Amino acid sequence: MTAILTNLFDGVAYGMLLFVLACGLAVTLGLMNFVNLAHGAFAMAGGYVCMVLVNRMGWPFFAALPLAFVSSAAIGIALERTLYRHLYARSHLDQVLFTIGLTFMSVAAVDYIQGSSRVFINLPAALQGQFDLFGVGIGRYRLMIIVICGLLTVGLQMVLAKTRFGSRLRAAVDDPRAASGLGINVPQVFAFTFAFGCGLAGLGGALSAEILGLDPYFPLKFMIYFLIVVTVGGSSSITGPFLASLLLGIGDVAGKYYVPKMGPFVIYTMMIVILIWRPNGLFGRTAAR
Amino acid sequence: MNAASDVGYSAQRHARWHYGEVAFWLVVLACGFAFPSRYLIMTDILRLALFAMSLDLILGYAGIVSLGHAAFFGVGAYAAGLLALHGIVNEPVLALIAAGLAAMVLGFATSFLVIRGVDLTRLMVTLGIALLLEALAERFSNITGGTDGLQGIEMQPILGQIPFDMFGKAGFFYSLAVLFLLFLFARRVVHSPFGLSLRAIKNNPLRAAAIGIPVNRRLIAIYTLAAFYAGIAGALFTQTTAIASLDVFAFERSADLMLVLVIGGTGYLYGGLIGAVIFRMLQELFSTITPQYWQFWIGLVLVVIVLVGRQRLHRWVLYVPNLIIKQVAGRKAVVAVPESDS
Repeated sequence: MTAILTNLFDGVAYGMLLFVLACGLAVTLGLMNFVNLAHGAFAMAGGYVCMVLVNRMGWPFFAALPLAFVSSAAIGIALERTLYRHLYARSHLDQVLFTIGLTFMSVAAVDYIQGSSRVFINLPAALQGQFDLFGVGIGRYRLMIIVICGLLTVGLQMVLAKTRFGSRLRAAVDDPRAASGLGINVPQVFAFTFAFGCGLAGLGGALSAEILGLDPYFPLKFMIYFLIVVTVGGSSSITGPFLASLLLGIGDVAGKYYVPKMGPFVIYTMMIVILIWRPNGLFGRTAAR
Repeated sequence: MNAASDVGYSAQRHARWHYGEVAFWLVVLACGFAFPSRYLIMTDILRLALFAMSLDLILGYAGIVSLGHAAFFGVGAYAAGLLALHGIVNEPVLALIAAGLAAMVLGFATSFLVIRGVDLTRLMVTLGIALLLEALAERFSNITGGTDGLQGIEMQPILGQIPFDMFGKAGFFYSLAVLFLLFLFARRVVHSPFGLSLRAIKNNPLRAAAIGIPVNRRLIAIYTLAAFYAGIAGALFTQTTAIASLDVFAFERSADLMLVLVIGGTGYLYGGLIGAVIFRMLQELFSTITPQYWQFWIGLVLVVIVLVGRQRLHRWVLYVPNLIIKQVAGRKAVVAVPESDS
């Protein structure tokens, strides 16, 4: 019984992490209809920034996390302004090729700068180990992830639902032409959202170094996971991707624990079945228009 | 002249063999005699060309964007490897066809998943299928040899007459023959009314359905055929290198394939062949400059191609040949890439 609960806990932490990593992609892919396969590269950038700050320059872990966010967001906005924005109107094939190219470049560049082996971020002692709660083993680090990601999720939902920017974004996504007719600066809203999504990915990358492993092949290895979250979750709200990533996280951890030999098999089969059953995602209106 | 015969006339004119095409194949054949020390890499290029041609059939003619075409390549490769390893079908040509058919069956089965949904769903499903097969091959390592791959494959002589030699001469001409035969068939298919209907579907599925083209059935047919071609390419890989390992399913293989086709241009069959040559040369060049980081430059090439625009790039490349033709033959430009962007 306790083993099940511990697994569930780990799965939730994993799922939350996936959500933070992928929710930027949910916006670009689901809402702006841009196939960004290079999303993992932004996550990797954040992870490496955090690693360099903590390990080489001796920053405290919690001070490095915001900087991981900021640096990924900065890279995101620079690329959005210079490259991505020319490709919004292009065909999906062009977008796929372009972002695969970016991914390859990021993999080789990080390999060149930091070496190809897996890196670890030195964690403060307070985050290491685990404690027992009614006999259920709870990892401190995972608990922190759940807290941070939970707060972020609530915050995102609030921003999207209650603030002026949120309603602008929803309007811009629903009908870009009508929105710009009403005086909303649609490209600016998109650019800001894109950068914010990249920043979240960077934060997720920094947090995930301990759990998912951080090496130059990160963008390629986890690309499919991000895509699953978005396509399965749909894009009408952020609740869809959130539930999808929880499902994926719990499913993956349980799958690896109970049927280790089947490996990633369970996840891929689930994804294909869900996509056949509901091509627009479990919770979505339309995944693409 | 009425409209129907007009269309028929122009379709037939397009289907006719041009001098340029004959020259192209003669040059390829001549390469086989001109560079006897380079058989291995040339065989590699032929394989890649066949694989790219297979993607061209679904991408360039039917407009299906696939990120997991390596699935069929891998199935073909493992099928050929297993057939040879266990001595089930010893004769390479028969084994080649059997491997192609195995990939074809998979293609037919998965085509029903692929024709559903929009571009995005297709990307995901094709990618998912390739990853699924990779996971399966890793799981059943007692059959596939796991990460070590299939080892100790010994190929019997082709048609019982021509043995594979260590310089790869037989392998090269064998691959060339297979490529040429399959090319002839593909050429026949894309210039047939069936091929024309595929183009109609690519340009506008809704309109194609409205004029009475059975869209889904056509897509299933071409997807299955492309799977057969990819399976043959995979089987050639195993037969000429005598190994089959897990990386036949790798995502990088599918991604590289896209690059090959994009370099060469889609929708005129030669794109895959020309792209394969340029891609391998680029790869050689980059890996001599920076052995470990050639992927960076490959990525850069992709980014630049997309930013400049594929059509514009092809216009630039063809500028000089067209100029020469204009001067010498006094005709208007005849070399053109008939590419309609999806």
